[in-house]
Amino acid sequence: MSSHTIRVTVNGTEHEATVPARLTLADFLREHLDLTATHLGCEHGVCGACTVLLDGETARACITLVAQVDGAEIVTLEGIAADGEELHPVQQAFWDRHGMQCGFCTPGFILSTIELLREHPDPTREQIDEALGGHLCRCTGYVKIVEAVDQAAERLRAGSGR
Amino acid sequence: MKPAELGYAAPTSLDDAIGLLASRDAKILAGGQSLVPLLNLRLAAPELLVDLRSVPGLDGIRREGDDLVIGATVRQRRAERDATIREVAPLVAEALRHVGHPQIRSRGTIGGSIAHADPAAELPAVLVALDGSVRARGPGGEREIAAADFFQGFLMTALAEDEILVAITLPAAAPRTGAGCVEIAQRAGDYAACGAVAQVTLEGDRVADARVALIGAIDRPVRARTVEEALIGSAGTPQDIAAAAAHASDGLDPMPDPRVPAEYRLHLARVVARRAVEQATERAG
Repeated sequence: MSSHTIRVTVNGTEHEATVPARLTLADFLREHLDLTATHLGCEHGVCGACTVLLDGETARACITLVAQVDGAEIVTLEGIAADGEELHPVQQAFWDRHGMQCGFCTPGFILSTIELLREHPDPTREQIDEALGGHLCRCTGYVKIVEAVDQAAERLRAGSGR
Repeated sequence: MKPAELGYAAPTSLDDAIGLLASRDAKILAGGQSLVPLLNLRLAAPELLVDLRSVPGLDGIRREGDDLVIGATVRQRRAERDATIREVAPLVAEALRHVGHPQIRSRGTIGGSIAHADPAAELPAVLVALDGSVRARGPGGEREIAAADFFQGFLMTALAEDEILVAITLPAAAPRTGAGCVEIAQRAGDYAACGAVAQVTLEGDRVADARVALIGAIDRPVRARTVEEALIGSAGTPQDIAAAAAHASDGLDPMPDPRVPAEYRLHLARVVARRAVEQATERAG
């Protein structure tokens, strides 16, 4: 079996690991680092539940091999707000507006929303649809999710969040 | 839903990468956004992945005379936002907005999409519409393959097994050129049942040049030449465009597909061609 030594920074902490070539970034995060907020839904790049920030941009961790991201900086949902801290404004908005039901898809939605609002602090409905179109939610019907994005955008613009 | 065991190499030169390709049952890995799903589903199980991430010189975007050259490993999201591409090859930027989702485009590459040659992919249609070409390097050196010769069928290209796509070349757009891309899919970002890319150049009050290619209509991207011929020399009015686009399905024999009956796909070809040409003409101003 082919294995490789990689070094990545995850949520600010540097990790060095020797991993098999076939290991995906999602499985590395979940099984090697115990960071289980990165969810696996479809495992072939369709559902968006495994979305992480990879060198600052959203990417699907299930269709990225960890060997490919040697040297990268990764932020998972755990890196958005630490345990016991206040929720990130986007998380708080999903909470307030019921932008989730079972919660399985939520980590991906939150990270893509953070990226969207960084680029478009006052997004149009079209921009929201474009940013979140790659995420499947089987519970909400998406209406509450869009409302949560709107609320997060408003709060962030008002400066009440990070 | 995990890849089978495989080897992985990240060579630091193109020659080393080509050498690895020739020696084993190997696949090139760029962004992995088409390949890794196939690995996960075990539809592909190569012995070795040859990752191009450490090969220098493959990620440039530059003018060469009247051409624009885009390196194979330029990521789609970067290309979509690149000022040179937006100015010189507006159809590339327009089509990229339809590739997967932003989360895919952050990793997916220009060369990967072209080399994968999915008939439902956007960039192959752009290359065919613009009469672009592919620059490939193998053990015997470099060669240029015209887009018309490159795409040979479902996931099939003219690349030899030991050749690597290093760049694509596109002619720079003339002044007063507009681009359009329209797709009809069951879900946004999903494979289109049919799509079209169009580029229109105006001179005076006439259409000087028109290029239209269809996405997902048959097993490879295909030019709608009768539509182009009808548009060139016309005034590009909505009536001219509708009359021209009515020919978009001429001579097409769609792939069998239980979800998209052939008749419907031919209808969609005419609709998306019309809408894409309308977009392009409007933007050509």
